[in-house]
Amino acid sequence: MNLQIQPEAASERAVEHDQLFFFITALTIFFTVVVGGILLFLAVKYRCTNSKVDRSNAPYHNTRLEVAWSVIPLLLAMLVFFWSTKQFISLTNAPKDATDIFVIGKQWMWHVQHANGIRENNEMHVPVGRPIRLTMISQDVIHAFYIPEFRLQWQVVPGRYTQMWFTPTKPGRYHIFCAMHCGAQHSEMGGYVYVLPQAEFQQWVENGGNRFQPQPKTMAEAGKQIWDKYACGSCHGPKDNERGPSLYALFNSKRKLKNGVEVVADADYIRDSIYNPAARMTAGYENTMSPYTKEQISEEQMLNVIEYIKTLGIAPSAPSGTTPTTPDPLTLRTSNEGDMTR
Amino acid sequence: MSAVAGPTVAPGPEERTNYLNKSHTIKSWLLTGDHKRIAILYLISVSFFFFLGSLAASMIRLELTSPTGTMMSSEAYNKMFTAHGVIMIFFFLIPAIPAVLGNFLIPLMVGARDLAFPRLNLASWYLYVLGGLFGIVAICMGGVDTGWTFYTPYSSLYSNSQVTLTICGAFVAGFSSIFTGINFIATIHKMRAPGLTWFKLPLFVWATYATSIIIVLGTPVVAITLLLVVAERVFHFGVFSPELGGDPVLFQHLFWFYSHPAVYIMILPGMGVISELIACFSRRKVFGYEFVAFSSLAIAGIGFLVWGHHMFVTSQSMYQGVVFSFLTFLVAIPSAIKVFNWTSTIYKGSVHWNAPFVWALGFMGLFLIGGLTGLYLGSLSTDVHLTGTYFIVAHFHYVMVGGTIMAFMGGLHFWWPKMFGRMYPDSWGKASAIITFFGFNFTFFPQFVVGYLGMPRRYHYYYFEPTWQVWHVLSTVGASILAIGFILPAFYLTWSIKNGKPAGPNPWGAKGLEWETDSPPPTENFRHPPIVTEGAYNYDPVADAEAVAKSAAKAGD
Repeated sequence: MNLQIQPEAASERAVEHDQLFFFITALTIFFTVVVGGILLFLAVKYRCTNSKVDRSNAPYHNTRLEVAWSVIPLLLAMLVFFWSTKQFISLTNAPKDATDIFVIGKQWMWHVQHANGIRENNEMHVPVGRPIRLTMISQDVIHAFYIPEFRLQWQVVPGRYTQMWFTPTKPGRYHIFCAMHCGAQHSEMGGYVYVLPQAEFQQWVENGGNRFQPQPKTMAEAGKQIWDKYACGSCHGPKDNERGPSLYALFNSKRKLKNGVEVVADADYIRDSIYNPAARMTAGYENTMSPYTKEQISEEQMLNVIEYIKTLGIAPSAPSGTTPTTPDPLTLRTSNEGDMTR
Repeated sequence: MSAVAGPTVAPGPEERTNYLNKSHTIKSWLLTGDHKRIAILYLISVSFFFFLGSLAASMIRLELTSPTGTMMSSEAYNKMFTAHGVIMIFFFLIPAIPAVLGNFLIPLMVGARDLAFPRLNLASWYLYVLGGLFGIVAICMGGVDTGWTFYTPYSSLYSNSQVTLTICGAFVAGFSSIFTGINFIATIHKMRAPGLTWFKLPLFVWATYATSIIIVLGTPVVAITLLLVVAERVFHFGVFSPELGGDPVLFQHLFWFYSHPAVYIMILPGMGVISELIACFSRRKVFGYEFVAFSSLAIAGIGFLVWGHHMFVTSQSMYQGVVFSFLTFLVAIPSAIKVFNWTSTIYKGSVHWNAPFVWALGFMGLFLIGGLTGLYLGSLSTDVHLTGTYFIVAHFHYVMVGGTIMAFMGGLHFWWPKMFGRMYPDSWGKASAIITFFGFNFTFFPQFVVGYLGMPRRYHYYYFEPTWQVWHVLSTVGASILAIGFILPAFYLTWSIKNGKPAGPNPWGAKGLEWETDSPPPTENFRHPPIVTEGAYNYDPVADAEAVAKSAAKAGD
């Protein structure tokens, strides 16, 4: 197992921060070892059973010594203070040419909006090497937008905007966390920053916020673009996880619902579960998915999404029809949309 | 080390009437005005809350061994860490040293018959219990999930948990602190024995005095603030929520205006205890006595001007951040001075390695690390990365647990013979101190690392970064070692009340008025009111070492 003790440094500030961090670490280790060492040494040397040491004329004051041990720590503290404050002032003053991105925090997700109209959820795509300025606000309680690899965190407060900025230096995927306790799913209010090389970022913008496929050739590819746009995969991964059930090999499989009913995951089920997730919750999950409106995913696009979900695998032992094993009022009005799009 | 003077047993007056055997009825305890009995009532009640808070801590540590948790929902987890924080801070750390050791010792140390206002003292214990009951009822009715900081608008408008009840508990307990603080200030000013001038006072009295000033000035602010949260929550009286025209960051200012000084309420009395222990067990007057005394007051004063360092990454202006950071570095200096003075006190001393001294050394080790890691957080740039992460959790546990609890345990071991007239087995005391020290480092050091790696505090799940698991497993293993260090004293100390060797008035050969009366002391404290002629810590290390050598030679014959 590769034991990590340092997070990746992926922004200009992260590198500067770590220099200061290691300087303070050196001070901490030095003083802990020196003072702790002297303390133990004296406590052992002057143990009462040691009659060989000289205890006469023990001092109770030594002005020089006392001034020295007040002034030297003060000077070191001031050194750290000025060094640190210089970094802090620069991190509160974004360069004039910084690209603006807007962040809205709400229980328990991050909305990201780019000036060109691209919107993302729990993801933020940025180009490498360019200063980015975030303008942030909360829709409900206080959150904090935190990217450890950039060594950057700022509170996201309701009622007023806060700002922070960074220049990413390494392409890659980095965590976004919420670092201010904001309620039940605080620990899951996170996502990723994708730092892309300039050209790739340009293409991502041209594709309207899709990194992977410029011109969808098939419905499934178009569906995947929507899947990526709304970051469905951040909750619905290859395996069931805490956030949501896996949708791999979903199509035509039997699903056990929270109310005990078993249904077959046909096209209608999938469509309903996207427009109105609360209606048929999978057993073992709470209702944490926000419903998507028809403005976000049109009926046309919904068909594409269903096609894409089929490419994630179709349950092999599924019944040929879409008749549920247990009659469920919602699935009884099943049409054959799923088949039509095949 | 076996030659260290065993307790000098005074066989005679052991069964004389004292504050414990004077009366055995429950009524005589519940209506007592005796500061010593009230201290024992506090000892029992803070131990109970420490136990409750530790249970919550154990659940948290067990849950965090897995990235997806195993036992509870996120809602339950949030309530668990809130219960841990509220109980440990408001019902253990703040009252522990002042209300138990302070109550017992301040009148004895200043040579008084009791505190200035005995009935106010009893009232403060009842308020504490009432506040605690509010807290327990809140937990039984489903608990509270805001974290001990009650940040708005989550606490005022969003949380569906027992915020109001819990806040009432903290509010009432706050008045308990205020009563105690007023009592100490009045007693120290007006009731010192003849001849006991300010600069002859033990440093524990100085530290308690500084603490009382913070309590009396700071606690009303948090009391009002918490009431405003309740007003907003219950009556939708807009103060903190922008939806009602309020300002959420205002809450943080008001809250930390008290809660940062509250850190000093927890640690200053601990520093006072350490001064006593180091002086007694090195048989030396504390080096730079006046510096140490005034550094307590300096910490109390500057401590009121640094609250903004909890808010570097809020919407506070950059200039505010810079000023608060500067003042924070200043407040670090008096603490550093104390550590250097204690170390110098040992120089040319005659060091007795008894259990209280080992606890004191443990305090120094942990407080060094706790204090130095404060540099990372007082410094603006590093705080931007580390605030809100496990780094801060580790830091304040080093200061508050490593500092306050080690000092409390050290003080309890030191004055236990005075409180109950019996000795506990010294080797068990040393063993517990060492186990606690290692268990503590084992528990909290990994949290520095996982915090630097970027794990936010108050996270139930971390399946999205499973590499953190190893640090949490280490921490949980450490916590079980730590638990042993705390459970052991519960047994041998309780055992000693009935079965320990009689301690006699002064088992440690310590200076100070409290050691001149019986153990346990009579209700009136001193059979003859003392007159003070010598300064504090009038020890003679040379004579002490000679006496030790002589008794060792005798034992060798």
